[in-house]
Amino acid sequence: MSVLVVAEHLGGVLQSGTARVVAAALQMGDGVDVLVAGHNVSEVAEQAASLAGVRAVVVVDQPNLASQLAESVCEVVLTLVDSYSHLLAAASTFGKNLLPRVAGIKRLPQLSDVIEVISADTFKRPIYAGGAIATVQNTAPLKIITVRTSAFGAVGQAAAAAYSGVSVDVNNSLTSLVSETQADAAGPELGSARVVVSGGRGMGSKENFALIESLAGRLNAAVGASRAAVDAGYAANDLQVGQTGKIVAPELYVAVGISGAIQHLAGMKESRVIVAINQDEDAPIFKIADYGLKMDLFEALPQLESALS
Amino acid sequence: MKILVGVKRVIDYNVQVRVRPDETDVDLSNTKMAMNPFCEIAVEEAVRLKEQGIASEIVVVSVGPKVVQEQLRLAMALGADRAIQVETEDAVDSLAVAEVFAELVAQEQPGLVLLGKQSIDSDNNQTGQMLAGMAGLGQATFASAINFKEGCIQVTREVDGGLQTLELTLPAVVTTDLRLNEPRHARLPDIMKSKKKPIDVRPLGDFNVTAQNYLKVLKVQAPAQRQAGEMVASVAELVDKLKNQAGVIA
Ligand SMILES: Cc1cc2nc3c(=O)[nH]c(=O)nc-3n(C[C@H](O)[C@H](O)[C@H](O)COP(=O)(O)OP(=O)(O)OC[C@H]3O[C@@H](n4cnc5c(N)ncnc54)[C@H](O)[C@@H]3O)c2cc1C
Ligand SMILES: Nc1ncnc2c1ncn2[C@@H]1O[C@H](COP(=O)(O)O)[C@@H](O)[C@H]1O
Repeated sequence: MSVLVVAEHLGGVLQSGTARVVAAALQMGDGVDVLVAGHNVSEVAEQAASLAGVRAVVVVDQPNLASQLAESVCEVVLTLVDSYSHLLAAASTFGKNLLPRVAGIKRLPQLSDVIEVISADTFKRPIYAGGAIATVQNTAPLKIITVRTSAFGAVGQAAAAAYSGVSVDVNNSLTSLVSETQADAAGPELGSARVVVSGGRGMGSKENFALIESLAGRLNAAVGASRAAVDAGYAANDLQVGQTGKIVAPELYVAVGISGAIQHLAGMKESRVIVAINQDEDAPIFKIADYGLKMDLFEALPQLESALS
Repeated sequence: MKILVGVKRVIDYNVQVRVRPDETDVDLSNTKMAMNPFCEIAVEEAVRLKEQGIASEIVVVSVGPKVVQEQLRLAMALGADRAIQVETEDAVDSLAVAEVFAELVAQEQPGLVLLGKQSIDSDNNQTGQMLAGMAGLGQATFASAINFKEGCIQVTREVDGGLQTLELTLPAVVTTDLRLNEPRHARLPDIMKSKKKPIDVRPLGDFNVTAQNYLKVLKVQAPAQRQAGEMVASVAELVDKLKNQAGVIA
């Protein structure tokens, strides 16, 4: 059993999810290699090589991979993947975009969002927004899997694994990058933060949403949002937590002015401790919260901030 | 330009799914069904492109049993011109659906294929990307804006780090995210008129689905239930519990 993990990186930095995907990979096989595809990625390759359990890092560093388009990275993966039994990536927007393209070309199925490895060919994954958990056996010669990173602890650091540079002909003329706007990354990253403070429609406006940012700053937390808050323009799209946004499982999740729709719960109900602040005592969020506070959030948040300072 | 749109029938998003007591599958008997919300967004986008004079024909496609005609009718009430039902009683996975779409792309020669980013039942988020790979087309997943240029499109995508805009040569595959548009509701006269629009029913067997079925669902279980916790009376009590009981803040 050997596993190829596609590393995810941004601005020359390995994303924290990759260490979690490696942890999942090690439960499927012991020959775990990491592919780093991009341009000017030598530091990313070094970071990947120092992840515990990694056998080797394959680096494909060339200008035509600078924007890491799915069509281009797919060509790279296709040249390497035939000697592996498993192909893994994080169930991030990067992994979700790339892996099914590979699967389509290989005419092989993909298992999305795996949360548990039962054996090298049997896995658990949530379906229906986490309303059910399916145990699925995959007997394909190459098992293509995206991993829900919040369900796996990251591997630690170890002595650097070997890495080799490879060059691949990339011919993608289908797509090109026009522009990218990075959300400003104040505070810890949503996917791996120890504490997340999320605001919903109850915040009422973008200006009021600053109360969430301020509390998050106080707790060294990442900021999250419900779909309603993102749709209303209170928060950026990449902060949406839920079935169709980001999945988080921090030590502490604080939901403020969020009702608790199943689609939102799907993204945060594995958090260790959940706090809900809502003025409606019948809000479904209270059914899953460890600590519920029925209160007007505009009273509660300033009090909470001063209690924590 | 012709647009091909994928429409899937799924459980209504407001309904909490039940697992069968024998843990073989979920129980969808007597469950309210609807068009997958991301497909509604795909249909809406196609209709807007037709209203803008960019699209000339909208063909909606659903792979499934006869009942999917309900969702195809709805799509036609919303503005699609004709429908194709690829009929099968069996459950089909994203790979098989992608193969069907790849064949339809070859037959229909659309300028654009619009699919949802994700089915809210399987939560797969695969079909569009698989199709793009098979058909050798460019892909723009998680679209929140589409702009037509001369011979190409620019698509803004919702990605983890923020937003990304790509340019794609046509034909291409685009999958819709929540903020691409707000779907309209069907009007009664349009629902009546949609009954006259054609649905071409074709058995799945007419398609060359080559992929072997390697996946076997061994069990479907209810998720672990979270215990409801306690209500606290004040912010002071909350902070005290978080510090001294849960130990999550210092
Ligand atoms: C296909 C699909 C995918 C979806 N994906 C997601 C997803 O990924 N993530 C997601 O979050 N949602 C998602 N949704 C939307 C989801 O169904 C809900 O509509 C959404 O989560 C509601 O957001 P909310 O809780 O902020 O708003 P509401 O449901 O409107 O709740 C607002 C809450 O704020 C409370 N409140 C108001 N004012 C105050 C105040 N002053 N003080 C205290 N409390 C107050 C109210 O009592 C209420 O409970 C999806 C929906 C669909 C159809
Ligand atoms: N059976 C189907 N019939 C028509 N379209 C489908 C079907 N299954 C998936 N699709 C399309 O593919 C999208 C993504 O589905 P999935 O990859 O299964 O999450 C859906 O929103 C539909 O547009």
